[in-house]
Amino acid sequence: MNSHSLDYQQKTLLQRLNWQDWLYALIIIAGSVFAYIQYAQYMDIYEVGFLFGAAALFSYLGWQWKRLAKLVLIVGVVSLFSITLYHGDQARATQVFLLKYLVSSQSAVMWMNVLFVLAMVTYWFALFKRSVFVGKVATALTWSAVLFGFVGLMVRWYESYLIAPDVGHIPVSNLYEVFILFCLITALLYLHYEQKLNTKQLGGFVLLVINAAVGFILWYTFDRQAHNIQPLVPALQSYWMKIHVPANFVGYGAFSLAAMVASAYLLASKGFLASRLPSLEVMDDLMYKSIAVGFAFFTIATILGAMWAAEAWGGYWSWDPKETWALIVWLNYAAWLHLRMVKGLRGAVLAWWALVGLMVTTFAFLGVNMFLSGLHSYGTL
Amino acid sequence: MRFAVSLLSVLGVASIIGTVLKQNESYENYIIKFGQFWFGLFEHLGLYDVYHSGWFLVILLFLVVSTSFCIYRNGPHMIKEWRTFKEHATEKSLNAFGHQATYQLNSGAENAKQQLIQFLQAKGFKYKLKRQADGSELIAAKAGTHQRWGYIFTHVAMVIILLGGLLDGNLPFKVQEILGHKRIETLDIPESQVPDISRLDTNNPSFRGNMTLPEGSSGNVAFVRVRDGYLVQELPFRVALKDFRIEHYATGQPKSFESDLVIIDPDLKQPITKTISVNHPWTYKGIAIYQSDFQDGGTKLDFKVWDLFSPNTQTKPLAGAIFQIGILGNGGDTLKVEYNDFRKFNIINMSQDGKGKPHNVGPNITYKLRDNKGQAIEYVTYMQPMQIDGRHYFISGMRETVSEDFRYLRIPVDGDFGIDGFMNFRAVMLDASKYPEIARRIAAISLEGKKEPALKKQFETSVVQLLTVFAQGGYSQIAQVIEKSVPEKEREGAAGTYIKMLRVAAYEAYNMSLAANNKPLLPSGDDSEALLRDSLNSFSDMFFYGSPYYLQLEQFEHKEASGLQLTKSPGQKWVYLGSVLLVLGIFSMMYIRERRIWLLLKPASNQVLFAMASNRKNLDFEQEFNLYREQLKSLLA
Ligand code: HEM
Repeated sequence: MNSHSLDYQQKTLLQRLNWQDWLYALIIIAGSVFAYIQYAQYMDIYEVGFLFGAAALFSYLGWQWKRLAKLVLIVGVVSLFSITLYHGDQARATQVFLLKYLVSSQSAVMWMNVLFVLAMVTYWFALFKRSVFVGKVATALTWSAVLFGFVGLMVRWYESYLIAPDVGHIPVSNLYEVFILFCLITALLYLHYEQKLNTKQLGGFVLLVINAAVGFILWYTFDRQAHNIQPLVPALQSYWMKIHVPANFVGYGAFSLAAMVASAYLLASKGFLASRLPSLEVMDDLMYKSIAVGFAFFTIATILGAMWAAEAWGGYWSWDPKETWALIVWLNYAAWLHLRMVKGLRGAVLAWWALVGLMVTTFAFLGVNMFLSGLHSYGTL
Repeated sequence: MRFAVSLLSVLGVASIIGTVLKQNESYENYIIKFGQFWFGLFEHLGLYDVYHSGWFLVILLFLVVSTSFCIYRNGPHMIKEWRTFKEHATEKSLNAFGHQATYQLNSGAENAKQQLIQFLQAKGFKYKLKRQADGSELIAAKAGTHQRWGYIFTHVAMVIILLGGLLDGNLPFKVQEILGHKRIETLDIPESQVPDISRLDTNNPSFRGNMTLPEGSSGNVAFVRVRDGYLVQELPFRVALKDFRIEHYATGQPKSFESDLVIIDPDLKQPITKTISVNHPWTYKGIAIYQSDFQDGGTKLDFKVWDLFSPNTQTKPLAGAIFQIGILGNGGDTLKVEYNDFRKFNIINMSQDGKGKPHNVGPNITYKLRDNKGQAIEYVTYMQPMQIDGRHYFISGMRETVSEDFRYLRIPVDGDFGIDGFMNFRAVMLDASKYPEIARRIAAISLEGKKEPALKKQFETSVVQLLTVFAQGGYSQIAQVIEKSVPEKEREGAAGTYIKMLRVAAYEAYNMSLAANNKPLLPSGDDSEALLRDSLNSFSDMFFYGSPYYLQLEQFEHKEASGLQLTKSPGQKWVYLGSVLLVLGIFSMMYIRERRIWLLLKPASNQVLFAMASNRKNLDFEQEFNLYREQLKSLLA
C-alpha cells in the first residue's frame, strides 16, 4: 500500500461527522423530546411519529448541508426568544417593542417580504456589476429573509394556540400561510443549488418568482386581512395535512425554480446576458435536477393527498378539480422527464416546456381556487 | 416513446374538461346553462361525468395496455443491463468512448491490478475480470445499475394503480348497463319501490354511495348517484343514527361533525356502537362509513302567522316540520307551505366592506308558499333580529325563482326587541276608521292658531286621503297618484310634502298603537325618527312581499340528519401498493446513477486504458469522470 491509496478513499457520511454535527443532532433530538414531554397529550401516534421523523430528517439534512443546520438552530433560538416575550398573551404582539417591530409572527413575515425584495435588487445589481462581493450580500439577504420567514411561521404556530387551544394548528392551512411556505422552500432550494453549483447569477431570476409571491402575500394581508388566524374546518383537522402540504410545496417550489432557470437559459441561448450567466450546460443541469426533485416530491404529495382523501372524503380519488389539476401537473412533468431521459432531448424546447409547466402549476395552485369549486374549497380567494 | 408522451398529454387534456365543466350537477341546471341543443350534445359525449364516461375509460385502458407493452418490450433489456458487467467490451470499442484516458504503468501489471481493484471497491463499484485473447486483462465494473429497476417499478406501478382504479370505478355496472341487466332510476320514489333492475345486491364488489339518516332512524341501503339518476345499493347490515352533533369554535365556525352510529347485523350477537367524525371513518365488513355532511332531519317548528294586510293584530298559530307540507288561509285562496330547511347557526359577515369578522346570526327557516296554480315563492326568514348599520331588524327574504337573489323585508324591532310594535303600527295604518283621529291630531298641532274650520276640514281630508292611498300600496302607490294628478314641475314639491305629512301621521299612528297596548309613547329624538322611517319603509315594502303571510318562528325542536358516505373499494390496496412502487421507482431512477468503468490492463505495452460511461450524460458524470481520471493518474504514477 502506498500513500496514494488514501487520496481517493471516500468517507461515509457517519465518518465525515465532527463533534459540531453531533452536537447539532443532539440539540434537535433534545428539542423534540422536550416537545414530546410537553405536548404528548395533544398528539396522536402519527404526530409523535412526525415529530421524531422531522428531528431525524433535519439532523440528516443539517449534516449534509451545514448552512441549513445553522439556519435551523438560529430559527429555533429566535422563535423561542420571541415566544418568551409573549408571556402567553397575544395582545403583547402589538405592545412589546421587539415583538411589534421584529419578531411577532406578523412583523417577522413583513421582514421576510422586505428582505426578499432587497435580495432580488441586490442579485440583479451583482449580475450587472459582475460583483462577487455584492453577490455575497444578496445571498446573505436571502438567508436572512428565510430566517425571518421561518421565525414568522413558528411564532404564528404558537400564536394560534394563544387564540384558543382548540384553534391552534400548524401554519400550513390556508393560502396566506402556504404562500410564505412557498417563498421559503423555493429560496432554500435555490440557495442549495447556488452553493453547490456556484450560480449566484441566477438569484435575480429565482427571486422574481419569490417576489411575485411576496406581492401576493402583501395584497392578501392588506386587502383581505388574510393574516388573521382562522380555526380549522373539520376536514383539515388531520395529521395528513402536516406532511401533504409541505411535500406539495417542495414540488411547487422546485418547479418554479426550474422555470426561472429555464427563463435565464432561454435568454442566454438567444445571446442576452450570456456572458454573465452560468454556462448553458450548468443551467440545463440545474433545470433537470430541480424538476427531478419537484417531480419526486410532487408524486409523494399527491399520493399522500390520495391517502388523506381516502380518510376524509371516502375515496382516494374523487376527480375533484384540485386533484385533477395535480394529476395534470404530474403528467406534464412526467412527459418532460420522458423527453429528456428517453429521447435525450435537451435545450430550448425543454426550457420552454418548463416555463409552460410553471403556468400549469400556477393554475393548479391558484387558478383552481379562484375559478373552480370543489372539495378543496378552503383556499378560496 | 413519442407515443408515451402523447398518451400522457391526451390524458391531461381530457382531464381538464371535467374541471372546467362542473361535474354531476342536476341535469336541469345544465339545460338552463347550455340550452337544449348543447345540453343534448354534451350529454351524448358524457361530459357531465367525464371521468366515468366510456371514452375516458378507454383512454385509461389504453394507457394500461401500452404501458404493459412498454414494460414487456423494455423490461428484459433493463434486467439485462442491471445484471451485466459488459465485460465483452473490446479495446477497439473502448477506444471509441468519449470519456477515456490511458496511463503508463511504472510498476508491474499485477500490482496495478490490485490497486485498481481497491480503487473500484472504494468507489462502490462491483467488478468482473476477463482475460482477453491478446493476454491483456479487462476489469469491467459497474455501480448504480439498480437504477434500471426504477424503470420497471415506475411502470409496473402505473399499471397496478390504473387497474386498481378501474376496479373501483363503475366498470362492472357499465358492462351490465350495456347488456341491459341494470338501469338507473330517475324518479324520486320511495326506496322500497325501486325495482330490482336498479338495485345492486350485497355482492357488488365496489361502490360509493350515500345515506342520510335522521336522528333516531336507521337504514340498510345506500344511494349511488349515476348521471341524472341513482342506484340502490343494499348493505349487509343496518346502520342507525343515535345522535348527530356539531361543535363550534368560540367564533361560531363549525369545529366538528360527529355521528353516534349503531350497527345492527344478524351476524353480531349484539349491535356495535361507534362514533365517527370527519377524518375518522369506521370500516365494518369491508365497508367504510364516513361522515360526509349533514342536513335537517325534520325539525319541528311553531309559528305565529301574521296576516300583513288585515287591519287588526290577530295571529294564528301554525305548526309544521321540515320536509312536511302545511296549509295557510282558507277557502279558494289557500296556500301550501313547504318547509324546506332549518338552520340553527348562520355564520354571516354583516360588515359592509366584508372585512369584519363573520358571526352567528341565529336560526333561519326556508320555506315555499305555493298557490293552487302551482306557482311558488321561496322565503327565508331569520328568527332573531339582526344588526344592520347599528339598528336591529327582523329579516325575511323572498324570491320567485332560484336563479334570483333574495329580496329582503326589514322590519324594525320595537322597544322590547320584538316584532309586535311594527305589527301593531301596521294595523293602525291599515285601519281606515283610525284615519280621522290621526288627521285631527295632526291638524291640532300643525294648524295651531288658525281657527278657520274650512281650512281645518280640508287639511284633515287630505291627510285621510293620503293615508288611504298609502294603505293601498305604500310609497309607489303615492308616486302613481302624484304622477296622475300633479303637473310635472310640482311633483317633487308635492312628494316632499306628502312624505313629511306621512312622517307626522306615522308618529301619531305609532303612538296610538302604543297607547292601545298600554305602552309608553315614543320619546322624541333621532331614535324615534329612525324607527318611524324604518317602519314606513317596511310598511311600504310589505306590498312587494308576495304573500300576505308573515311567518314568525316562535319555537323549534331541532332534529338533524347525518349524511354518511359508504364505500367499498377493493382497488384501494392495489393503488397503495402501486404508489409505494412508484415512489421507490422514481427515487431509484433519479437518485441512483448508473456508471460503468472499464480498465484494460495491457502488459505488453505496460499501459492501462480507462474508459467510463453512463446511461445519463450530465454534469455529475462529467465531474466524476474528471475526478477519477486525476485520481487514477496519481494512483498509477
Ligand atoms: C402510464 C403512463 C406512463 C407514466 C405515468 C410513465 C411515467 C414515467 C416516469 C415517472 C418515468 C421516470 C422519469 C424519471 O425518472 O424522472 C418514466 C421513464 C420512462 N418511461 Fe414511462 N411512463 C408511462 C408510460 C410509458 C410508456 C408507454 C413507455 C414506452 C414507450 C414508457 C417508457 C419509458 C422509458 C423508456 C423511461 C426511461 C427509463 C430509463 O431511461 O431509465 N413510459 N416513465
